[in-house]
Amino acid sequence: MASNSLSYNDQGDRGLGSESTELGQEATAMTSGGGFRLFSADYKKNEDLHQMLESNKDSLKLEAMKRIVGMIAKGKNASELFPAVVKNVASKNIELKKLVYVYLVRYAEEQQDLALLSISTFQRALKDPNQLIRASALRVLSSIRVSIIVPIMMLSIKEAASDLSPYVRKTAAHAIQKLYSLDAEQKEPLVEIIEKLLKDKSTLVAGSVVMSFEEVCPERIDLIHKNYRKLCNLLVDVEEWGQVVIINMLTRYARTQFLSPWKEEELLDESNEKTFYDSDEDQNKNGVAAKQPYVMDPDHRLLLRNTKPLLQSRNAAVVMGVAQLYWHLAPKSEVNIVAKSLVRLLRSHREVQYIVLQNIATMTIQRKGMFEPYLKSFYVRSTDPTQIKILKLEILTNLASETNISIVLREFQTYVKSQDKQFAAAAIQAIGRCATNISEVTDTCLNGLVYLLSNRDENVVAESVVVIKKLLQTQPSQHSEIIKHMAKLLSNITVSMARASILWLIGEYCERVPKIAPDVLRKVAKSFTNEEEIVKLQILNLGAKLYLTNPKQTKLLMQYILNVAKYDQNYDIRDRTRFIKQLIVPNEKSGALSKYAKKIFLVQKPAPILESPFKDRDRFQLSTLSHTLNTKASGYLELPDWPQTAPDPSVRNVEVIQPVQEQVTPVGKLKGKKDNLGGKFYSDSEEKEESSKSSESSSESDSKNEDSSSSSSEESSDSESEKEKKDKESENSDSENNQAKTKSKKLDSASSSESEESSSEDSSESESDSEPDSTVKQKKEGKSALSVAKAAIKQEVSLLDLFDFSDVSTPVALPKPVMASRLATDLEGLSLSSTAVIDVTTPVFVPAKSYSLLHRMSGKGLGAEYHFPRQPCIYNTKMVSVQITLTNSSEKEIRNIQIGERKLASGMQMHDFYEIECLEPGASKTVSMGIDFCDSTQAANFQLCTFNDHFSVSVQPPVGELLLPVTTSEKDFRKEQGKLTGMNENSTAITGSPQNSSCQAIVHKVVNMANVGVVPSGQDNIHRFAAKTVNSGALVLITIEVKEGSTMQLSINTEKSVIGSVLLRELKSVLSQE
Amino acid sequence: MIHSLFLINSSGDIFLEKHWKSVVSRSVCDYFFEAQEKANESENVPPVIPTPHHFLISVYRDRIFFVAVIQSEVPPLFVIEFLHRVVDTFQDYFGTCSEVAIKDNVVVVYEVLEEMLDNGFPLATESNILKELIRPPTILRTVVNTITGSTNVGDHLPTGQLSVVPWRRTGVRYANNEAYFDVVEEIDAIIDKSGSTVFAEIQGVIDACVKLTGMPDLTLSFMNPRLLDDVSFHPCVRFKRWESERILSFIPPDGNFRLLSYHVSSQNLVAIPVYVKHNISFRDGSSMGRFEITVGPKQTMGKTVEGTVVTSQLPKVVLNMNLTSTQGNYTFDPVTKVVSWDIGKINPQKLPSLKGTMSLQTGTPKPDENPNINIQFKIQQLAISGLKVNRLDMYGEKYKPFKGIKYMTKAGKFQVRT
Repeated sequence: MASNSLSYNDQGDRGLGSESTELGQEATAMTSGGGFRLFSADYKKNEDLHQMLESNKDSLKLEAMKRIVGMIAKGKNASELFPAVVKNVASKNIELKKLVYVYLVRYAEEQQDLALLSISTFQRALKDPNQLIRASALRVLSSIRVSIIVPIMMLSIKEAASDLSPYVRKTAAHAIQKLYSLDAEQKEPLVEIIEKLLKDKSTLVAGSVVMSFEEVCPERIDLIHKNYRKLCNLLVDVEEWGQVVIINMLTRYARTQFLSPWKEEELLDESNEKTFYDSDEDQNKNGVAAKQPYVMDPDHRLLLRNTKPLLQSRNAAVVMGVAQLYWHLAPKSEVNIVAKSLVRLLRSHREVQYIVLQNIATMTIQRKGMFEPYLKSFYVRSTDPTQIKILKLEILTNLASETNISIVLREFQTYVKSQDKQFAAAAIQAIGRCATNISEVTDTCLNGLVYLLSNRDENVVAESVVVIKKLLQTQPSQHSEIIKHMAKLLSNITVSMARASILWLIGEYCERVPKIAPDVLRKVAKSFTNEEEIVKLQILNLGAKLYLTNPKQTKLLMQYILNVAKYDQNYDIRDRTRFIKQLIVPNEKSGALSKYAKKIFLVQKPAPILESPFKDRDRFQLSTLSHTLNTKASGYLELPDWPQTAPDPSVRNVEVIQPVQEQVTPVGKLKGKKDNLGGKFYSDSEEKEESSKSSESSSESDSKNEDSSSSSSEESSDSESEKEKKDKESENSDSENNQAKTKSKKLDSASSSESEESSSEDSSESESDSEPDSTVKQKKEGKSALSVAKAAIKQEVSLLDLFDFSDVSTPVALPKPVMASRLATDLEGLSLSSTAVIDVTTPVFVPAKSYSLLHRMSGKGLGAEYHFPRQPCIYNTKMVSVQITLTNSSEKEIRNIQIGERKLASGMQMHDFYEIECLEPGASKTVSMGIDFCDSTQAANFQLCTFNDHFSVSVQPPVGELLLPVTTSEKDFRKEQGKLTGMNENSTAITGSPQNSSCQAIVHKVVNMANVGVVPSGQDNIHRFAAKTVNSGALVLITIEVKEGSTMQLSINTEKSVIGSVLLRELKSVLSQE
Repeated sequence: MIHSLFLINSSGDIFLEKHWKSVVSRSVCDYFFEAQEKANESENVPPVIPTPHHFLISVYRDRIFFVAVIQSEVPPLFVIEFLHRVVDTFQDYFGTCSEVAIKDNVVVVYEVLEEMLDNGFPLATESNILKELIRPPTILRTVVNTITGSTNVGDHLPTGQLSVVPWRRTGVRYANNEAYFDVVEEIDAIIDKSGSTVFAEIQGVIDACVKLTGMPDLTLSFMNPRLLDDVSFHPCVRFKRWESERILSFIPPDGNFRLLSYHVSSQNLVAIPVYVKHNISFRDGSSMGRFEITVGPKQTMGKTVEGTVVTSQLPKVVLNMNLTSTQGNYTFDPVTKVVSWDIGKINPQKLPSLKGTMSLQTGTPKPDENPNINIQFKIQQLAISGLKVNRLDMYGEKYKPFKGIKYMTKAGKFQVRT
């Protein structure tokens, strides 16, 4: 009461001042009214509003307030009505009152003294028996930003924080932030209130109070300890917005309180090790098995377990929040579960997609394996907005690896042709990045880019030139052919950036193209005056380099250019001219520098690094605003690093631990199974009541189903709860076991990215390696494909009169086709459209079946499995690609895993995977290799060698994997089928069950069994599939006709009768299965 | 968190502003206009724009930009998701979310916004609760209000706000108790030039309209729940029950809501119900091009394909088109270069086709890429994934409700590359 009267006094004091401020405001309003007429009209309107507000009728007042709110909404100033409006604050009409509140909150700051008139009304309302009125009074009171009422606000918040209604307490939690932003000096008492509200058991309050915590005192992490478990358990039932805030806060909390679950993987560091074991002892106090080096704190586990269901939330922010929590807190093997949910968000609105894709892009840089299964979800649609397209492209580039590069490149090939030129340019850059990252496709990509040079669109050409320049610079090997080709294009390209790049390239590698370079200089010298500045600079550069290497031919030319450039309009060019002249042309004045001119100009330049723009984004916590902008936003809280030693976990123990930890189970048990499973909110309410037993929490007063369960909880005797405790523990350990299992499974996907890294390191060897493997025939094929392209180019460039091209009789762009020619043709498709009727297509996606190659027992800890990824083999078109997953289940690391002696049947060939230098214990890697089975089902036998052992293993191909799917039209299918009758046809009748004869079931079964393509069929009862054998390319045509009574007629037409009959047998057994 | 909200129409006028903390001058939107100008298309405006003192997070829906002003670090998705929720609420209240509707109901809009956020933090976003706090305007109520002077504002605290089922209001009464569920599946696909599927997946939703008295507790079970690979639920669904038994158990909100959205695992084959034969060619040097499309049904499980519309964005060099269709009408907009062909029902006996010539701008090279074709269609009474609802049971109430279920398949982002 004392403080109340004090504030009234205050008010009285201020009362005198108020008039003067008001007057002042009016004066400014007068002068600021620009057009007098407009102003007077406004004034008049306000006048009648005044009258309406003064009237006795509520309806008139309401009408006036509605118009005023309309003015506020439009951003018009309605502050001069303040005195008239504020009178109505005590109105009985609820809507009128609400609108007055809206007005008050908007203008209170400007009219502080008048606003004080309303305070007493709110103070009265705060004592109202109706919780709605109490809450809204507090809401408005705290929203009035007038510093003089800070003490009143403080008092009201304190009272409201112990209100019986959780709704009022929630409002109090919101009010804390408002007061804090008004007067930061009140922090101390506010923190006390936060501490109190954090203990609140109501789900309604939890989100709001954590929000206040984050705003007011995020550094007081100690306040969370006692409430940590409660928050984890309540989380599922908190409203969605609160969930986001709590998840974010708990992420930071966990980073300060738990040990890193990734330590095991980083164990290499000696110095770390000691502290690591020290902390372990701490952990073992909990009585968990001492043998394992790292045991996750049960509280850490609790958080992960309780947030996982939220991945199913409909709110994208919640899903993203959980995803970042897993990313920052979960053991590496468990993070993968969030991928699926994030991919689901891509169906949402454009803005959601944008943010989610950005976060995925950052994730894919570190953990390729996580999103690899969802590669196709990132395919670009022409209807996507450009910024979405570019983000998807970024992700596809990050995901590209040795195993999927062929399909990624094929996608890129369509993107390059997009009408959206900004996107097309980005696609070209992406190809460039793939080329540097995956050494096997470098040359293919380079060829593809060279073909793009003949594109009609200038921007595409320009972008290609720039990317080629970068690529050649990273690989300055024998690429003189490409440089020659680009030199030829110079006269056609008009984009200055591209011209400049070509000139720079020629200059840089002028010693590789000694004959062309001077001629190019001659040509550009002629057009020097018409060039863009950037091109002029490069001409000077080229000239200088040639002058130094080949002065005999270019001296005069260079002198001419220098003379012209001396009088150029641009000072930059004049400046450069003077500089170059002094440096390269020897004269009596030239200093010591000119001796080093050659060194200066022709020094080895470091290659540019093509890397992702998302490379350094991981310094920010995912899902934050700072991450999106890649700059620190104000108020961003740095995600702390894991502690070296775990802080004492006992701080989270709550005195009355029973209710939170164990009560859920016994009560559920008494209530019966159904509730136990389903009662998401029942269990919550039980907890609430349970706790209310010990602390006199008020929340129970309004929960309705209290009587039913409070009695039951009392019944639960001590002994029982003890038993439950044990149960719970065993459950915990169970789940931990499970995790261990999944861990090993998930590791292999993660490690596949590692293997790619290692393979790219070997890049230099790869070329020589693969050459002996490829047959003569294949080379020929590759060449013939290229020469077609070459012819096309020749035609276009024949106008050039560069004489030293005559000796180029071999195909134009001819770095050896290391890659299989299939891939080469893929990229040639950039400019040449194929006309073949029957094309190899992408296989229908089916889950990969894996077969055991080497059991871990017989392999002394080394286990191996293989599966057929159904992709065209990148080593050789005749090979079937096989992926082998190697797992080390021993205690020690296994070194030097490679393929040793092989015993292959005649004609069979194999392309080895790259040697794995070291496989850590528990780790697994996936490598890919190619085997040419010669279209037979004979096994490929070879030895798998490690540093000190070798094991004989064999890969047995199922007949269905010896095929590649092809597409063809129904007509062509029939035609081909007509050619393959008689001896070449195998057929049989099958009786299957009715549910088997549905279209989908048949297609599903056939495609699962064999790598075939579905041929579109006009009739509903006939299904056709087509494929060709990998080695010989013989067509395999499958027809299934569904007849009445669920019988089917299966026939296979192929000239490979062995394959035909084996396939028939296997298909029959598959189709007749239930 | 959220400081202020500005609504901006397509011509760049700020037609509504609302502040939850101290007032932020509307000049902050200049940064937004700048970004908008740079982006040249409304769709390309970046959702997050930094300015010296604030951050602008915007969503673009129904030709209106909703721009939220933020002052400090906050998860951007939080704001974006909230803004979309605001739009959904407006749609729920006024039928459409247009500039006119908002201007006409500016007071209701203001009241709703006031309830949705307190000090920038979401307070009540459930439509059931909001509608109890502020009743949506109807013609009848407007008339009654003007005569009697009563109001749209509810005078008691929505009980849902306090109960353990915050999404449902209490005291619901209906004379006819009914519950309808619509299973709607959309096929997203990219079909390549040769007609083979590059990428296809099925996204489905179950929308419900539940008008049941009291506090019914429903369970919905499926014949083949394993089909659902990834799901997201309305908060009312009990997650644990789903995890253990694959049964949807929930106390429904009153009225319309989205119960579930799901994704059918990409491991399953997706049946593509239509095929397109196309022959679009531009000849070099010629001022004419050929354009030919035929659409036909495929794998439709015996159902008819309806509501088919084919659209295609043609390259800029196309000046006009001269086409004849065997069925339906086509339109070509020479400004946006979009050809749209409304086919309707596809008759498998007589396949609809659209043939003719395009006149091209002379003197320009032919475009590199053929236009992509987008297709929309509908198939009634079919869920293409094969998902089937097994049964719907109600507990907790005595009466017998009327139950209905409807299936539909639609084209989502269905694109054919040519």
